[in-house]
Amino acid sequence: MKIDIRQEAGSFAENKDVARMLRETRIEPALASEEEIILDFDGVEGATQSFMHALISQCIRNHGPEALDRIAFKGCNPTIRKIVEVVADYMQEA
Amino acid sequence: MRIHLPNSAFLGNIDSFLRSQDLTEPQQLIITANRKWIAIHPVVLAMVAALGQNAAKTVCEELEAASKHYLERMGLFAFLGIDSGISIVAHEPAGRFIPLTRVEDSEGLTRFLTEMVPLLHLAPAEAEPIRYVVSELIRNVLEHAETDGAIVCAQYYRKSNRIAIGIADTGVGIRQTIRRSHEAPTHLEAIRLALMPGITGTTRQEGGTEYNAGAGLFFIKSLATINRDFFLLYSGDAFYKLLKSGAKTPRLHSDPFEDRHAAKEGLPSWRGTVVGIDLSLDATASFTELLDSIRETYTTTIRERKRQKRRPRFI
Repeated sequence: MKIDIRQEAGSFAENKDVARMLRETRIEPALASEEEIILDFDGVEGATQSFMHALISQCIRNHGPEALDRIAFKGCNPTIRKIVEVVADYMQEA
Repeated sequence: MRIHLPNSAFLGNIDSFLRSQDLTEPQQLIITANRKWIAIHPVVLAMVAALGQNAAKTVCEELEAASKHYLERMGLFAFLGIDSGISIVAHEPAGRFIPLTRVEDSEGLTRFLTEMVPLLHLAPAEAEPIRYVVSELIRNVLEHAETDGAIVCAQYYRKSNRIAIGIADTGVGIRQTIRRSHEAPTHLEAIRLALMPGITGTTRQEGGTEYNAGAGLFFIKSLATINRDFFLLYSGDAFYKLLKSGAKTPRLHSDPFEDRHAAKEGLPSWRGTVVGIDLSLDATASFTELLDSIRETYTTTIRERKRQKRRPRFI
């Protein structure tokens, strides 16, 4: 399953309500059914840590670090990539 | 309430302005100003506008300062519902500013962020950290302040090539938010906790809740630290001000009191939260490099805190 982040959250992904909606309605159900998920950041210029936290933190908490084996982050620019890494890191330390 | 707009109040010298406020009798706001010149940071404007929106009556003395048109241009009098009688040229070519704006909800924030970048004439690399900071700060207000929005304005200063941003709200303040999950005997201690990575008022759990990580203010303070910018947080009777670091390569600290800073208590008590920040556009560190430093400090802090977990007491 692929989620087009630009289409859902715009070119600056900061709306946490959108992130939470995507996680609850699409990412979590896909993880529960052991489906592969592609979060497509093509065309997204920036994202906040808050957005990324609302998007993926609970997946890591609920499913363990293995959640990251089933989620692929596509088309991330260097900044978005770092933000994904920050959230993934601290959630695995927590 | 009485506010005197001084000759100069920027983040470096704002202490005396904060001390001078009279925040008693909130039903009326009286504004006076320096008679010769008024040069103030956007955070001062945001504070005055925030106070004015809650006052039943606002009175502003007739301003004489040569720079009074700046207050009109930033929308202060319109915001306060006062006819200043000051006329301005609507589209000054040098104008790189965002007038006072109230952001009330998530959709309003998205709209504001979209409009902000062209208003400040920012190049993409310059826009990145500024958009980030404004988004996180306003979202904090919308989520935690329990009030009808954030008041924000910003100004570009050509001489120092920096953007100054001010955000104020008249909500519950940092201490009340933090105390839902942590002990904060004073407003200053609450501010300190709010600036630490992984501390949020929504839970004691490491990593935060599914919606809040307790990272936003730490990210912003880190950005200011690395770029040697001022950052002010004022809530209740206390403020914390990050001072410019003299170090060649500033280090990030999880405890804001380990940064070069000024902190004061016993100020006139601000009901809500005020944030002021200066962001230099000459910043040497890229946003991506900064995120590397934040990642390291953040994960180390959580690891250390986990080591310090309470042990069972056997007696």
